[in-house]
Amino acid sequence: MTAPPLLEVRGVTKRFGDFVAVDDVSLWVGAGEVVGLLGANGAGKTTVLRIALGLLGATAGEARLLGSYPDRAVRRRIGYVPQGLGLYADMSVRENVAFVAEVYGRRGAQVPAEMAGVADELVGRLSLGIQRELAFACALLHEPELVVLDEPTSGVGALARTALWDTIHERADAGVGVLVTTHYMQEAEQCDRLLLMAGGRLVGEGSAEQIVGDTAAVEVHVDQWARAFDVLSSAGLPVTLSGTSVRVADAPADDVSGVLAAAGIHAEVAVVPATIEERMTVLSRADATGRG
Amino acid sequence: MTGTPVVVRDLVVRFGARTALDGVSMTAQPGQVTAVVGGDGAGKTTLLRALVGRVGLSGGSIEAPQPHEIGYLPATTGSWRDLTVQENIDFVGGSYGLAPAVLAERSRRVLSAAGLEPYRDRTSRQLSGGMRRKLGVCLALLHDPTVLVLDEPSTGVDPVSRVDLWRLAAQAAAAGATVVMSTTYLDEAERASQVLVLDRGSALVAGPPAEIVGDFDVPLTQNHDAIRPEWAWRRGRTFREVWPTDPPPPDLATIAADLEDVVIARTLLRANGRGRG
Repeated sequence: MTAPPLLEVRGVTKRFGDFVAVDDVSLWVGAGEVVGLLGANGAGKTTVLRIALGLLGATAGEARLLGSYPDRAVRRRIGYVPQGLGLYADMSVRENVAFVAEVYGRRGAQVPAEMAGVADELVGRLSLGIQRELAFACALLHEPELVVLDEPTSGVGALARTALWDTIHERADAGVGVLVTTHYMQEAEQCDRLLLMAGGRLVGEGSAEQIVGDTAAVEVHVDQWARAFDVLSSAGLPVTLSGTSVRVADAPADDVSGVLAAAGIHAEVAVVPATIEERMTVLSRADATGRG
Repeated sequence: MTGTPVVVRDLVVRFGARTALDGVSMTAQPGQVTAVVGGDGAGKTTLLRALVGRVGLSGGSIEAPQPHEIGYLPATTGSWRDLTVQENIDFVGGSYGLAPAVLAERSRRVLSAAGLEPYRDRTSRQLSGGMRRKLGVCLALLHDPTVLVLDEPSTGVDPVSRVDLWRLAAQAAAAGATVVMSTTYLDEAERASQVLVLDRGSALVAGPPAEIVGDFDVPLTQNHDAIRPEWAWRRGRTFREVWPTDPPPPDLATIAADLEDVVIARTLLRANGRGRG
């Protein structure tokens, strides 16, 4: 018998009047895994998360947190780091730790060893990377079994970012379940498993490659990239720029070549796998048309 | 629109005892997007503020057009929260003295590229974070600037709005503007023609992304554990490790670096070199 998931929603639907914010979604997070929940604004990520944590009732379906109904007592056993970090900028590292410890009845908790050097600095004067490390340490003070992190490495430089992920994975290795909500591909690649939401539904699950699935992009190599960009944009295609090559997500290569040829632009086009970002854009365009 | 390069030479900016930028040089060309990359405290905002004349120089020089030829999106704001999209447009257009017909045509062009046409009557406050950043870019573009400077336009913005933001920046570049934008995300910087990576106030590496990656010739390995933690960093469940002096163990295959690897490796080379020297 395997252990039950730390967080689970089964067949959850949420309607606000006529609007279906979440449509029959089932997902779970197990012990020791780092799961990334991806989706554009309005995809339903926050609503699902609120239902999973018991902060919002579902219209249909069921939510379980640490094996129980997600009430306040259960919520005390999880950790949460919001994007705004929830730290007190005008208090020192030591005072922040003491305050959180007091709230969770863990008086006497120590400042993490790697922050001993800045224990008496005001949090507002520390680099964002250190602040994020501290917020994560505070969320773990009461030894939660599950932590939920909202864009945990946003705004941090590349090296500090990998250090943060190291801390996150160390905790996962110790058995903590981690759910990360993010827009960023570099955060997505640090997760063990990804969940992609669009239009209130779960539309992909697995590795980055599995999430992208068959979605392809057309890469256009051309001398006059600026003109190609203009022409393809005017044709209503979802164009982006990658260096000086132009990319079009989810459009047949023949259409792209056709539009370019009609404008007298000679270009080499190649079909390449889409990025997760492009996949999200494609889904969200489809959703906008589908739901009006 | 005539192209004007922006040339920065040996720029030094000090705030009291603190040196925010220490000898930074950069050339941003018309018709291109130049990305300035770095974490917090790297000096991105200071560099961009210096480009638009909002920070005094302690040393070095900047060649850039007059402020009225520059469009600027600051890191924090960019629109007036209590004004509607239309009122923001009218206010900024008015302050540049644009004729009503010109303003109408330009606002239609930028708002439709940003996907904001349907929201003209919403206040900036009512927009999502991504839409508000797009509005900020639209306002910065209204007077058809020859130089467009965007400070972290995409931070906290969802992927769909991010694509729109890139479209706005790329369209401005396609029309001949010199576009300089900052970001903390390397996958985003990879789309720019030129990248300048800042680390603690000075340039870590600069050039076209493909060259930055191609020029990196230090052996890089991938493994489930870090053999020398001071030279290793995590990518998901595996570690990348760089071998500047010792050769990598023969049983580990070397792998090709991407931009993220190169930036981290160069940061480590600098930090560890400094620590030892």
